[in-house]
Amino acid sequence: MSVAESRAISTPEGIPLHFTVGTTGDRLGAFLLDLILLYGAVALLGVLTVNALDVGGGWFLAFFLFASFLMRNGYFIYFELKWRGRTPGKRRLGLQVIDSRGGPLRPQSVIVRNLTRDLEVFLPLQLLMMPDQLWPGAPHWAQLAATIWMLIFALLPAFNRDRLRVGDLLGGTLVVNAPKAVLLEDLGAQRGQWIGGPAHTFTAAQLQHYGEYELSVLEQVIRLGEEADPLTVTAVGRKIRARIGWEGPIKSPMSFLRDFYTAQRAQLERGMLFGERLADKEAARSKGHP
Amino acid sequence: MSPAPPKLKSVEFRREREASWSELEDLVDRIERKGIHTLSAEDLTALPMLYRGALSSLSVARAISLDLNLVAYLEALTARAYFCVYGRRRHLIEILSDFFLVALPQTMRKYRWHLLLAFGFFLLGAIAAWVMTLANPELFHSFVSPAMSQGRGPEASTETLLDVLYGRNVDAAEELSLFASFLFQNNARVGIMCFALGFAGGLPVFYLLFTNGLVLGAFGALYHSRGLSVDLWGWLLPHGVTELGAIFVCGAAGLLIGQAVIFPGRHSRLDTLRRRGAEAGTLVVGAVIMLFVAALIEGLFRQLVQDITVRYTVAASTCLIWGGYFTLVGRRRVA
Repeated sequence: MSVAESRAISTPEGIPLHFTVGTTGDRLGAFLLDLILLYGAVALLGVLTVNALDVGGGWFLAFFLFASFLMRNGYFIYFELKWRGRTPGKRRLGLQVIDSRGGPLRPQSVIVRNLTRDLEVFLPLQLLMMPDQLWPGAPHWAQLAATIWMLIFALLPAFNRDRLRVGDLLGGTLVVNAPKAVLLEDLGAQRGQWIGGPAHTFTAAQLQHYGEYELSVLEQVIRLGEEADPLTVTAVGRKIRARIGWEGPIKSPMSFLRDFYTAQRAQLERGMLFGERLADKEAARSKGHP
Repeated sequence: MSPAPPKLKSVEFRREREASWSELEDLVDRIERKGIHTLSAEDLTALPMLYRGALSSLSVARAISLDLNLVAYLEALTARAYFCVYGRRRHLIEILSDFFLVALPQTMRKYRWHLLLAFGFFLLGAIAAWVMTLANPELFHSFVSPAMSQGRGPEASTETLLDVLYGRNVDAAEELSLFASFLFQNNARVGIMCFALGFAGGLPVFYLLFTNGLVLGAFGALYHSRGLSVDLWGWLLPHGVTELGAIFVCGAAGLLIGQAVIFPGRHSRLDTLRRRGAEAGTLVVGAVIMLFVAALIEGLFRQLVQDITVRYTVAASTCLIWGGYFTLVGRRRVA
């Protein structure tokens, strides 16, 4: 999660919440998925209408034209209102529309951000495919200028940090990755197998080589669990043992890492109680420890 | 070597609060899947308390936790809960009644000058084409494309022109309703485009309004030169009042966006766009509904009723109804 991609929204409680901005690829994917669903439904309705033409005649065609208009303009609005800023495509790709200020997502915002789609997608497409249709009789330079102008709108999301399209600007919305995280096991907690104490114990001196950054890297290695590459686990363990000067035997590479993690975290937390924080190993070294 | 197993404060911190986090997670799961209406009264009371508890856990965890997963989990959980607690929960009926009884008419009144300006540009085009076509009937073709005129031009006989107005050659009402439906789609698309193009500085809006004015002016002049004015307006106005009104509304919305882009005023451009964007969107939705009404009048009513008095009565009443709706409704309530 890089800083440029994350946006903070302050809650009324005064505690900011962080969201990551959805990537262009994800948004395009969600949009295409929605288009397939939408036009699939319109086509289905069309087939039904053609079959019903013999019975009801023109009325069915009129109904079809009206219904397809409603579907094309209402699909995104309906789902974003109903599902808290998510359409089926967005849901599949884990995206969500939120108010860029953190307020509730207003119905007007949803309507506005979806009314501009013609300008952003279909008009530039039309210009690219058949430039003569949109502005018949205009000189070539004017058509070229219009095309470039339209393309600016279509490509706007590529040119700003928050990947806002015109509709997002007008509606005051932001598309973020829907928050999703699972609470995993607490690595610092004592587990059943620890009855009788951990297999590896460390001296205070051995725990003075690393800071919080290294601890979080170690956490990520351990969390891989079964999926972790055994070679990596062994290599990380070896590197740590070399640095802290560990000479005793080890029970298994993974259990060594876990025991070291717990001991190191306890050590850093003790330091915190005294207002002492170590960001990384450089900070640990410059503190004057060996 | 210290034999005592390390005892972590952070582990205690998590153990004490974990139950309430997972309780909150269950509630949020249920709300996201089935909607907030399925929650019992007790759950509804518990939700904000659990949310605030999780939020305070998050702020503590951010300060002291060395466990990345814990912080990430709390971030996601509180964010999801935040949308459940502060997301506005409204029924569709409520949204609709608020829109039609308050937001739409109020916004129309707020931007009456934009509406007037849009009307002015349209009128300018109409007058220009009227004067020029009267002076030189051949100019009709430079204002109206062949697809639109459908044989109604300076070459056509007065008889043909009159036939179109009273639908003597067409008898299938169904065909007409189809035509109206198509017209509605087309007009609504132009209207939405008018709004969207406002983002391009408002210039295309002026262009669209002006050229639409030219077409009307040219037709008006053509029929006027044959002494068919009364018949033409009787044909045009019953749905034209609503339809032209809708075009002015779309134009006003486009101008509003263009104004926000070019002259953002005291706020930042983004803030202004955000504010004006919502109001312009309200106007466009109103205009699309007006276009729908216009298409209904055109398709179902106009071709069936041939009497000129009834036609003018209908035109006058639509004018009164829209005027009354936009000037009188929703004056008391605050949107």
